[in-house]
Amino acid sequence: MIDWSLGHLADPAQNHQAIDVTGQEAAPLLVQLRMMLLIRLAERCLAGGRRDGLIGGPVHLGVGQEAVAVGVAAELRKTDRVFGGHRSHSHVLSMGSSLHGLFAEILGKDTGLSRGMGGSMHLWDQPNGFYGSVPIVSGTVPLAVGAALAAKMQGGGDVGVAYLGDGAMEEGVVHESLNLARMLKAPALFVVENNLFASHMHISLRQPKEATARFAAANDIPYEIIDGNDVVQVRTAAARLISRARAGEGPGFLEAVTYRWYGHVDWREDIDVGVNRSSVDVDAWRKRDPIARLVAGMNAKGLFDTKRLAEMEAEIVVEVAEAWKLAQADAYPPLTALTSRVFASSGVKQ
Amino acid sequence: MSRNRHNYGTALLAAFEYLLEKYPEVFVIGQGLWSPWYVGNSMTDLDKKFGAHRVIDTPVSESACTGAAVGAALAGMKPVVVHPRMDFMLYAMDAVVNQAAKWSHMVGGQAGPGLTIRSIINRGGEQGAQHSQALHAWFAHVPGLRVVMPATVADARDLLIASVLCPDPVLFIDDRWLYDLEADLPPVVERSLTLERPRIVRPGLDVTIVASSYSTKLALEAADLLQQKGISAEVIDLRVINPLDSTDIVNSVERTGRLLVVDGSWSPCGLAGEVIASVVERVAPTTLKKSPARITLPFAPAPTALVLEQAYYPTSAMLVSQVEKLMDKVC
Repeated sequence: MIDWSLGHLADPAQNHQAIDVTGQEAAPLLVQLRMMLLIRLAERCLAGGRRDGLIGGPVHLGVGQEAVAVGVAAELRKTDRVFGGHRSHSHVLSMGSSLHGLFAEILGKDTGLSRGMGGSMHLWDQPNGFYGSVPIVSGTVPLAVGAALAAKMQGGGDVGVAYLGDGAMEEGVVHESLNLARMLKAPALFVVENNLFASHMHISLRQPKEATARFAAANDIPYEIIDGNDVVQVRTAAARLISRARAGEGPGFLEAVTYRWYGHVDWREDIDVGVNRSSVDVDAWRKRDPIARLVAGMNAKGLFDTKRLAEMEAEIVVEVAEAWKLAQADAYPPLTALTSRVFASSGVKQ
Repeated sequence: MSRNRHNYGTALLAAFEYLLEKYPEVFVIGQGLWSPWYVGNSMTDLDKKFGAHRVIDTPVSESACTGAAVGAALAGMKPVVVHPRMDFMLYAMDAVVNQAAKWSHMVGGQAGPGLTIRSIINRGGEQGAQHSQALHAWFAHVPGLRVVMPATVADARDLLIASVLCPDPVLFIDDRWLYDLEADLPPVVERSLTLERPRIVRPGLDVTIVASSYSTKLALEAADLLQQKGISAEVIDLRVINPLDSTDIVNSVERTGRLLVVDGSWSPCGLAGEVIASVVERVAPTTLKKSPARITLPFAPAPTALVLEQAYYPTSAMLVSQVEKLMDKVC
């Protein structure tokens, strides 16, 4: 019988090694590496913007967790239906959303992804397959099941994706959603980013077992538990579950074990306010860096020259700075937006 | 019953048949849809006619089913999620209030879930506190949600169709106590829900009675009784309580000078109070011949014992008596 411990996956002293890229092509790995770097530098920029008072609302940063969204998104298409939560910058960017649109949204600008009405916690980019994220913990999980059910009815082989965290697994509606998805054979993928923390509190103080995939097993849903800081593992596991779903075989559950380097919200590390969160752990987890490990793995196979990393980084730094500058100069929504966007039937012109 | 003759329940059934037949993106999901127990005669054999994949009976999961309907709506479907008893729908509050109602605003009006949540008020029969509630006022408090309460056979069919075709989230509330109402219905004409508003269902001169759903039935019965006493009551059926358009009510009160509001729920922060406030704010103080009055439930949960239950719900006799007070016929 499985004991539902995460074992070495949750041990920050382990899994520091280079990622095994055997059999992987260079081109997609480069795309994934670049996207992870873009997400990281964008979130570093947001951390600074928040610290310096340029961003008015909360930002929940996922630095350290980039491989999860990037690995999953590599298996998705624009007609799929992705839903997220409060920590979803990586989820939306990995679907190919505009960095400027994300920044503008977080700055409350009319040019933002949600036209300045959502901020960091309510992101929307349906044309790119990102149906929406909201900060009510687990709020979008049943929505993803419904969008998956719609995909099944519409017959295009698309899937619904619910990103959620280990904390969301403690919400009742998630258990209803797992059962419902299984009973309706909805092509849904539940992606749990298990970063071991809900807000300030370690999973050992919230759940009797660390592996949330035990609930997938209880609902007869196929699951995989993987190192969420290994983009190759994430992608290959996602590919297996997504292809099942596309083929009409029902939902899948991917538990990606990872860790966030920042605290729950904003730019601080929150060592002091975390229960069972220590600087020793954070430092150890930094050594399980999904980006550095991918670079090391690609370098070992001759797929990447470490010198190119500096170039790539410099290029992205410029891209981020330009998007940030542009977004800051954009206009805020008109005051009429206070009431004119309440009903979608009113149209999007106001 | 002839083909055009309907009761409130079969009118709802006719709306479902019309929608499922004409719109492939319409589907229905909720508990009890494959059983005659839960939804009276309002959904009989829909699963057999349109298939169990479009008329989906579900696990006991109000929250996930409602959330799934929101997600399916965002993905281009027109789902109807059915809650056979409003009390149980409280498990779905997040999906209704936080997700469906706020979605359009949160994403800048670029998308919105066009789902219909059908919730049934199903009370009486000594069922008590958790099988009796009419919580429409809670939902009328929330921006971004349309709340519809049909009182007539025609509205049961036509407002359900309008709700499902509306691109916004709609809470459609029907009342089992109305299911035996009968009327002849003309062929369906699709309407835009955004244009629907309160309607004068009986013109009168002396007093304005405002009601919705089952309370409208009481108001019409009371108006008949009042007529026999020489009092001419105008009855306004609210029909759509969110957003509430009180223009016709204000105009009516300007003519009659007297206002009674009847609501089958509680007074505090409720629909009756909202209607009265919206009138008092807009008429000149001299317009009112008497202070407005309201008839609602005692401020207590529904009882079980029949003797208490009979005293709990308003009756047309109570309306008559209240109107007589407004008319100064009784001291």
